[in-house]
Amino acid sequence: MSQTTAQRAAAGTADYLDQRTGISKAVKGFARKIFPDHWSFLLGEIALYSFVILIISGIFLTMFFVPSMGLIVYEGPFAPMNGLEMSEAFASTLALSFEVTGGLLMRQIHHWAALLFIAAIVTHMMRVFFTGAFRKPREVNWVVGFVLLILGMAAGFTGYSLPDDVLSGNGLRITDGVVKSIPVAGSYMSYMIFGGEFPGEHIIPRLFTLHILVIPGLILALIGLHLFLVVLHKHTHFPGPGRTQRNVVGFPLFPVYVAKAGGFFFIVFGVLALMAATMTINPVWNYGPYDPSPIGAGAQPDWYIIFLEGALRLMPGNTEYVIGGFTLSLNVLIPAVIIPGILFTLLAVYPFIEAYATGDKKEHHLLDRPRNAPVRTATGVAILTAFFVLLLAGANDIIATHFSMSLNDITYIFRASLLIGPFIAFWITKRICLGLQRKDRELVLHGHETGRIMRLPHGEYIEVHKPLDEFERWTLVQHEPNRPIEPAPQHDERGVRRKGYRRDAIRARVSRFFYEDRVEPVTPQELSRAQAHHHGPEGLVGTGDGTVASVDHGTTDAYRSVQAGDAGTGQGPVPSPAGERER
Amino acid sequence: MKAIAARRHHRHAPMVLLLLALLMTGGLYAAFAPSAVSAAAPSEDDIAAGRALFIANCATCHGPSAEGRDDVPSLIGVGAASVDFQVGTGRMPMQMDGPQAAAKPPQFDQEQINQLAAYVASLGPGPAVPSAQQVDPALGDAANGGALFRTNCAMCHGAIGAGGALTEGKWAPSLADSTPTQVYTAMVTGPQSMPVFNDANLTPDEKRDIIAFLEEQHRGSPGGITLGSLGPVGEGVWVWIVGMGLLIGASVWIGAKSS
Amino acid sequence: MSNNEKGTDLEPRSSGADVDQAGAAGPERFDNPGLPTHRDRATDRDPAAARRAERTVIVLFALSVLGTIGTVVAYIMVPTGESVENMRLSNLLLGLGLFLSMFGIGAAAVHWAKTLMSDHEQAEDRHPQRGDAETRQAAIAALGAGAEDSGIGRRGVLKGAVVSAVALAPLSVAVPLVGELGGDWNVSKFRHTLWERGRRLTRDPSGDPIRAADVTIGSVFHVIPEGLREGDHADHWIEEKAKAVVLMVRLDPADLTEAEDRRDWSYEGIVAYSKICTHVGCPVALYEQQTHHLLCPCHQSTFDISDGAKVVFGPAKRALPQLPITVDDEGYLVAQDDFNEPIGPSYWERLK
Repeated sequence: MSQTTAQRAAAGTADYLDQRTGISKAVKGFARKIFPDHWSFLLGEIALYSFVILIISGIFLTMFFVPSMGLIVYEGPFAPMNGLEMSEAFASTLALSFEVTGGLLMRQIHHWAALLFIAAIVTHMMRVFFTGAFRKPREVNWVVGFVLLILGMAAGFTGYSLPDDVLSGNGLRITDGVVKSIPVAGSYMSYMIFGGEFPGEHIIPRLFTLHILVIPGLILALIGLHLFLVVLHKHTHFPGPGRTQRNVVGFPLFPVYVAKAGGFFFIVFGVLALMAATMTINPVWNYGPYDPSPIGAGAQPDWYIIFLEGALRLMPGNTEYVIGGFTLSLNVLIPAVIIPGILFTLLAVYPFIEAYATGDKKEHHLLDRPRNAPVRTATGVAILTAFFVLLLAGANDIIATHFSMSLNDITYIFRASLLIGPFIAFWITKRICLGLQRKDRELVLHGHETGRIMRLPHGEYIEVHKPLDEFERWTLVQHEPNRPIEPAPQHDERGVRRKGYRRDAIRARVSRFFYEDRVEPVTPQELSRAQAHHHGPEGLVGTGDGTVASVDHGTTDAYRSVQAGDAGTGQGPVPSPAGERER
Repeated sequence: MKAIAARRHHRHAPMVLLLLALLMTGGLYAAFAPSAVSAAAPSEDDIAAGRALFIANCATCHGPSAEGRDDVPSLIGVGAASVDFQVGTGRMPMQMDGPQAAAKPPQFDQEQINQLAAYVASLGPGPAVPSAQQVDPALGDAANGGALFRTNCAMCHGAIGAGGALTEGKWAPSLADSTPTQVYTAMVTGPQSMPVFNDANLTPDEKRDIIAFLEEQHRGSPGGITLGSLGPVGEGVWVWIVGMGLLIGASVWIGAKSS
Repeated sequence: MSNNEKGTDLEPRSSGADVDQAGAAGPERFDNPGLPTHRDRATDRDPAAARRAERTVIVLFALSVLGTIGTVVAYIMVPTGESVENMRLSNLLLGLGLFLSMFGIGAAAVHWAKTLMSDHEQAEDRHPQRGDAETRQAAIAALGAGAEDSGIGRRGVLKGAVVSAVALAPLSVAVPLVGELGGDWNVSKFRHTLWERGRRLTRDPSGDPIRAADVTIGSVFHVIPEGLREGDHADHWIEEKAKAVVLMVRLDPADLTEAEDRRDWSYEGIVAYSKICTHVGCPVALYEQQTHHLLCPCHQSTFDISDGAKVVFGPAKRALPQLPITVDDEGYLVAQDDFNEPIGPSYWERLK
């Protein structure tokens, strides 16, 4: 009776759809689905939205781009190019930038979005890695995400080369050189890519097809799979009061996330529009049409490929060998294939390595605070350090000019940094994590310092500590302590060598590497002992660091194994404050 | 006209014509030749003043008669162009030893530089300072200049002259603040690491085209801020700082509880 | 807050028997205290604040509308035009309009969600990913029945036939595709360039021949072969150029160290080397006149031009191939021959 026309129309449409698709079931299931709230859960969305914006701006660009290497003479409004011979690809890039109103904006949005796409994927991946969100049941989705990273880089690389400018053309030439270095098949693979000798006339059309059809198609399919798995698994959430492995705490999809996540799409689009409006990106009109002779200083690929460039720059050249008349270019293969291969493989299989070391078959839906997984966090930082050194090495000429340094010295420094930097980063990060865990323990056991000093009747001065409430405490004590796996004994009851002992022993070694050094969360007993010790008007009063430490040593079962030194971490014994157990 | 036609047959006519032709050639040569002919020929006074400046400021390294020593080049035959470039960009007098002399605010005014140039030019023939017309960007073809720049200059100075690194701490400077004359004199003299581009390699017209291309860069980029024209490295830095910076900020805002 | 399915893997892990033995003093783990009490926002407590928030949301949406209108106006009023300044202005206005139009919607929606939509946290149960035992049994039974139906287990040859047919079938597309991708597959083209006896060295890109006398000490010439775009190879001049580009400099003959067998490859201190890096093929072109070093801007291989273009730094291994040159009757520089080795990056059968 009070129904408006609009409401009647909506009801009619809904009924029509439901009778044909049963959509009411999906709406019932999904509309109020709970998603947890945390800023870092939006990093993946930045990547997703960048991809949507890439498609929107990409469609605009394909309307005007001509993927042809046929040569024409440019006649157009951009004076420094007028009358020059160039490929149709380059000319159409100039035309869509300078003659299509809004074309330049779309081109710049497209390129900024491409850089942002990978930056967001990498940041998202860092979040997933450092919080342990890749653990069972999400290992598969980690691999899907990893493949998306590779595809994203491939999409970027193929698109970067399309305008057929000097900069990207030299990038293709480097690709050609790298491909040629592949043993046995190199020359033929180069011919396969370029349809003959470099540069040929096929590469731009081929890259175009890959860039606008094959790779985005695969990305789209895998994004679908990625999101499907997210919905299937339900999102992980950070530990906190009320959050468990068996629930998900947050807000309903409709309306809160429709507004927040939907709104975020527009924010991402807005930020990209702002960047494209004000900041030049990939000014191909400066680089000029491709010609095999010129090269510009500052010859680099887009940021996500620079680590390869850096690896190529760092490698000493004396590693090219001639074996039986055949040339083996390890000076190219190691930096371009083997080093990235190691780093990326490590990244892709890390969830499986960790599961192997943990021996853990449970589902994990609560995230780890990075400090609570010191070896994982340290491994992640070590991989990132290696990437970062390679990235900087790829920009060594820019560093040389901007910091008035010698190109050669920088190269030597980075060579050394690549070899030792990851190990130093690993050690420091692990120490920081363990330190932070001890700080958490201190906080739980002794409460917050208040800065209030009081004098006890017998003349002792103490600082009043304010105990943590149970909600704050829970976040600090909720995590499960991971302990190294002990291999089953070498001999069974009858004294026979057990089959598979060696395998177990290896596994135990890996496990020790991960979990030997650790700080376990405070247990209720420990807390009550600490509280029993404390005395004073507020029940939980620390009496100064010295006293507290000695009390804790007495009340916890912290002890040190004589084998602490060969923990597989290569580290010597470390001081063992309250609660750290090493075996 | 008849009168002229009649005089054509005059027996002095060939001589007059020859004279006229010579005068015109000389005039054209004066106008276009890549030499100091167009500039006022330096007087003896200028050379003397230049010599005094040289003794006071340059002779410590280059020697009292500019003959050079050990690692210091002789200035005999480097020409006025070299002085104009080196002293005019502040590279000389050199502040300190280093991988290469850096540009800095010039220590002499243009008159003093001209006097020094006159003195050095008097020591032996060398490239002269170009005329205003030779370096007038309005007379050059920026597109041709761009093509030449990419082949001959961009490998060191970057695609549009933002500069770049060389070996062992040396560098190719940015050309953004170089005057047309400095660009020209650098090409003909090849200061420090830079090779010489003589008139057979790049003709005076081609040099002017390159100057026109570089002048065109002062209009900036159609796309907005140039970010230093450093290429993909600069873009990579900014996408993290501005793009990821703003969006992580937005994420924190979205994720934070409202008070 | 937790569901009650039995036998899932989701039980909190017991942290070890040793603690149990010592655990006279209470539980070994803390208990989850449950969701903290909800704190109302200003907009929940104060209707005026809620009205203010609503107004802010409306203003933000309105800003978006203005942005869209602005974009359209900018599109009509400031087309891209003829000058760099105009192109920049057009790009800036369109972009700012688009920014407002998008950012307005985004900020409005988020502000709406944060201030006006419910912020009571809710919990939803999770269920283990694996199917329960009954479902698994049923799935295995279904597959088993299907396999039995097809008889695949019994008919071994049939199984082999299916697998081979399906595995081989893609070849009928892949073989022609891969076969055609490489053009003529004649990789021996890597070995030869356009340079031949008597071919003049000319300036890049003009193609003007170069007199030896014009190459003064300290100059560097970027060189292409004469007639690059003529003759049989006219259609493939760009591939030929990619192999044939040469960098030529003149040094004081006193500075020049030459190998015994290459004494006559230079001409009065003029030497010509392939410009294509022996590392991965970038044009090596940064010539430092004073040190005679040639630097590749891509990966910083450094070659010493005064000493046979040997590698002095960086990732390249081999010296740049030298082009033997001389002068013809008219005083122009010409090649004596092609390079005596393949130019550019190494490849497997390079020396074969």
